[in-house]
Amino acid sequence: MGDIITTIGTFLTDLLSSLGMGPSAVEITIKIIVAAILGVFGIGLVIFTVWLERKVAGRIQDRLGPNRVGPYGIFQTVADAIKLLTKELITPAGADKVPYNIAPVFSVLGVLLIWAVVPFTTNAIASDLNVAVLYIVAVGAFGVLAVLMAGWSSNNKYALLGALRVVAQTISYEVPLVLSLLVPVMLAGTMSTQGIVEAQPIWYIVYVPVAAFVFFVSSLAEVGRPPFDLLEAESELVAGFHIEYSGMRFAMFFLAEFMHAFAISALTAVLFLGGWRGPWVQQYPTLGFVYLGIKTMVVYFVVMWVRCTVPRVRIDQMLNLNWKFLVPLSLVNVLMVAILGKLPLRLSEEQVAEVLQNTPWVEWAFGPEFMAELPRAVLFLLANAALVIVVLALLGVYARRERRKVEALVDEGEFSAPQPAAAHQ
Amino acid sequence: MSINEWTFIAIFLIVAALIPVAAIVLGALLGPRKPNPVKVQTYECGMETHGDTWVQIKAAYYIFALVFLVFDVEVVFLFPWAVAYNQLPLFAVIEGVVFILILAAALVYVWQKGALEWV
Repeated sequence: MGDIITTIGTFLTDLLSSLGMGPSAVEITIKIIVAAILGVFGIGLVIFTVWLERKVAGRIQDRLGPNRVGPYGIFQTVADAIKLLTKELITPAGADKVPYNIAPVFSVLGVLLIWAVVPFTTNAIASDLNVAVLYIVAVGAFGVLAVLMAGWSSNNKYALLGALRVVAQTISYEVPLVLSLLVPVMLAGTMSTQGIVEAQPIWYIVYVPVAAFVFFVSSLAEVGRPPFDLLEAESELVAGFHIEYSGMRFAMFFLAEFMHAFAISALTAVLFLGGWRGPWVQQYPTLGFVYLGIKTMVVYFVVMWVRCTVPRVRIDQMLNLNWKFLVPLSLVNVLMVAILGKLPLRLSEEQVAEVLQNTPWVEWAFGPEFMAELPRAVLFLLANAALVIVVLALLGVYARRERRKVEALVDEGEFSAPQPAAAHQ
Repeated sequence: MSINEWTFIAIFLIVAALIPVAAIVLGALLGPRKPNPVKVQTYECGMETHGDTWVQIKAAYYIFALVFLVFDVEVVFLFPWAVAYNQLPLFAVIEGVVFILILAAALVYVWQKGALEWV
């Protein structure tokens, strides 16, 4: 066994060459095949994740979730997809046809493109760009554009309002997102995702849990998942930017949202949880798929859990959380990493060898790189803990001040107990 | 090598666009197509829509967009610094820190001006 990717790659190259293709034609054909596999994989995964999410949400809310179509309801999503496929595509009167039709395509495109830079294992990455982190932020813009086009071209006030909220939210949360992406880039010294994974003998969540937290929260907001789903707040906006979409066009927005939620889980796993890293992955690269899959699933479970637990925030709360909490926090975090990172704490090879002589099991379990990085990681972790304590103390002071303001108003008689409603006559 | 990586992105861009296009075209072929004036009306939960869609929108959206523009553009300048961080001398790191402090000062200014309030 060992290395599936190389085996398949060699097999395909031989096969295509034997058909009489030139070397460059072979290369292009392989790229097209990889692109097709990746695209189908990205979309096929949604069939599974939608089912999983409904099942988990059901359990959290003390329901059974889908359980009729197939064993454990696993074919529910397939049935839904077939239903959506046979629905009429309604174009509302007064819609701006060109952006209206492009929007669903763009929204899928923006998410699918992220998978191009996700490293699946030591040698399996579709495109090892040297600017992968910037690329992720850049393709994310497709999603914003899609939402804005959909909302604007639907000729519906609620759609437009929903779209404007999305734009306010997505662009706001892009600032802490990009700032927290800076941190793994600084630690690894490269923007390539494969490089970032290789630079994590100790996972970055140990070094910089605060950055990981900021990344996770702002990614949730970028996706527009609960608690940040005020872009499609059903109770106030009908359904948000995709009210006027039906059938397969609506399915594309739906697909993009679920795919995005899964993609950010994978990105969190890659950037902060060591990606494909795990025991024996260097000998058996195939194991990398398993490790990345497990880590992604853990993060995705947290995404679902948050969705089922936290109520939707108001728009002012959403903007306050971003500009008055996450942005300052991530700025301080980048400063902290910049200063700490220059302290000479990495152990030299002699020191590592000396330590490892006394504790051979460490080398067996984690490798020498782990030992060399350990003091640095511990220092970073302590600094992050200190930062968290300070932040919590500041939040406590702020909350007490707010509470005193309200109490003062109550004492002055500004607030009184709610009267029985007389307005409904 | 780098050019090759971008060729893949170009191919993937086309493939990734073809998949949703194919799905929508399939849906259009399989689904019925019977529009009528009532069906294509703007949907507002059954109420008839009043006036023009492109109404005036809160100015606060515009202010947030401006604040975002300032931050995002400046943060992008930090990426080359972050990539080179491990090789940088202490002086260059301090320069980066000063740059981030200027960004933070911009945030404090915007905050004090009340541009971050949603009223």
